Amino acid sequence: MTTATTTLAQAEEALPDVPRRRRARSDDDDTRRVNWWATALIAVCSLTILIPLYLAVVVSLKTPDQLASGTGFEWPNPVNWANFPEAWERTNFPQALMNTALITVGSVVFTLLTSSIVAYALARNIHRPFFKGVFFYLLAALFIPFPIIMLPLVKQTAILGLDNQAGMIVLYTIYGLSLNVFIYTAYIRSIPIELEEAARVDGASTWRVFWQVIFPLLAPMNATVGILTCVWAWNDFIMPLVVLSDPAARTLPLAQYVFQGQFNTDYTVAFASYLMAMAPLLIVYVFSQRWVISGVTRGSIK
Amino acid sequence: MTTLTQAVRSSSTAGEKPARAKRVRLESRRALPAFYWMVWPAVIAFALFHTLPVLVGIFFSFTNYAGYGEWNFVGFSNYVNLFRDDRVLAAYGFSFLFAIVATILTNVISLAIALGLHAKIKARNFWRGVYFVPYVLSILVIGYVFQFFFSNSLPKILSGIPLFADNILTSPDWAWTAIVVLAVWQACAFAIIIYLSGLQTIPAELYEAASLDGASAWRQFRSITFPLIGAFFTINVVLSLKGYLQVFDQIVALTNGGPGTSTESVTLLIFRGGFSGGEFAYQTANAVIFFIVITVVSLFQFRVLQRREADF
Repeated sequence: MTTATTTLAQAEEALPDVPRRRRARSDDDDTRRVNWWATALIAVCSLTILIPLYLAVVVSLKTPDQLASGTGFEWPNPVNWANFPEAWERTNFPQALMNTALITVGSVVFTLLTSSIVAYALARNIHRPFFKGVFFYLLAALFIPFPIIMLPLVKQTAILGLDNQAGMIVLYTIYGLSLNVFIYTAYIRSIPIELEEAARVDGASTWRVFWQVIFPLLAPMNATVGILTCVWAWNDFIMPLVVLSDPAARTLPLAQYVFQGQFNTDYTVAFASYLMAMAPLLIVYVFSQRWVISGVTRGSIK
Repeated sequence: MTTLTQAVRSSSTAGEKPARAKRVRLESRRALPAFYWMVWPAVIAFALFHTLPVLVGIFFSFTNYAGYGEWNFVGFSNYVNLFRDDRVLAAYGFSFLFAIVATILTNVISLAIALGLHAKIKARNFWRGVYFVPYVLSILVIGYVFQFFFSNSLPKILSGIPLFADNILTSPDWAWTAIVVLAVWQACAFAIIIYLSGLQTIPAELYEAASLDGASAWRQFRSITFPLIGAFFTINVVLSLKGYLQVFDQIVALTNGGPGTSTESVTLLIFRGGFSGGEFAYQTANAVIFFIVITVVSLFQFRVLQRREADF
């Protein structure tokens, strides 16, 4: 056992990461020496990211007395876990989590389905005036800031009975359309049309061609659009703030907002609540980090 | 009977012939029906939930609607009044000051960090992962953490400096800098990723050639790196400024517009005046002006910045 591990470790040292990192070409052909100055600088600067997160953790583990006696950065002794159950109750955490999860999952699913279909139709017919018109119509909407829609939208969603979770899913799906169609069309146009023609010769309808030929090929773009939509829907504050009317429909950021207003001196419980609101997405990110970054990069270059 | 039907049939076919030929030609120019079915529902939904509210907003901006009750047309008076309203002008002043400072800082810092992350450093993918963390956090929630830091921790840590000792968030002159810190902290994550993908498009041979010619690191940055990531610089600057002009979550978390109205952004003003101030029509007019301002600024930036991008 020990020998096997040693040889494995030796083999890994001898072949530095070749098969594992083959994808990122420009990174791997790098034969330069390790730049220790840059490493040190990057490590020091990363403290600006890590310190606020550390602060969030330690404050949530303190009692109010422990917090009052220091700057907030000291490690609590003894650790106080009681803030979490209290925050759980006071913010009605399970409900807010369910609402946020429902809205996020719904938005991602509907966005992937609708944006890709629209983008496919547009990409394959972009030379036709109608489709070109639709493409630029959607694109122009990217310039319209949310405040201009905000006030009338609230009236409209209230009239249509969409001032709830279902309405949020509809809105995220529709408002994401502009950017997503832009990301998808560029990619779909790079897919050779011969693939579709082959399927058509075999008698497949346009819908069938889309579902069986195009949609599977869109996997990398689906990942990009899915990630962007997920982060947006999970963390968005202003849209749920103005649209949702029923307190039971509250999302996680909204729950923190209301909570802050009511108990604004109760920092330790509040921080436990903040941490619980940030944790789900943060945990998912830690496990899928490289994948997320490559997905977002792909979207931003296109 | 037979002849008649035959005549009718022949005449109808004769009459149809040119028509059908035309239709065939049209059909080749038209898309398959399925493509229309793919697009129409989305276009209708988009028009209903995006374009319609925009048009309704523009319509009400010419009235004195308060958000409830009766209303009358008032012509352009909302627009005229906007230019005389000190609170509105102050909100624009704050938004622009904040957006310009934050845009400059975001781009300088994220470009520097992207260069560091692009260099050959130890555990590069790990650091990339760390620097992207702020992107997945809600600005409002992390903003509350920053609020505690500015109002409780910083006064104790820097108790020797009067500005920080008194809680910077309560200073009308300096509270905006705290908002800049939070906003830049969060926005750098995404900007770094865009710059990184830009840096990866530059061929390494250019640097080899330059170092053979004895070009210093700074010279290489100025003459190779910066010109070649011009397009990414343009995208980042335009996106940052556009996003920062609409700053909202950060302010709600840190100062809620205060002290007084010294950190009130345009978006916050539209939200407050429109929903709780009974200024529905007035603030919608403000939003229309805001839309024009943002569009003009964005297009202007594209023109100016694209002119200095290097083509290759």
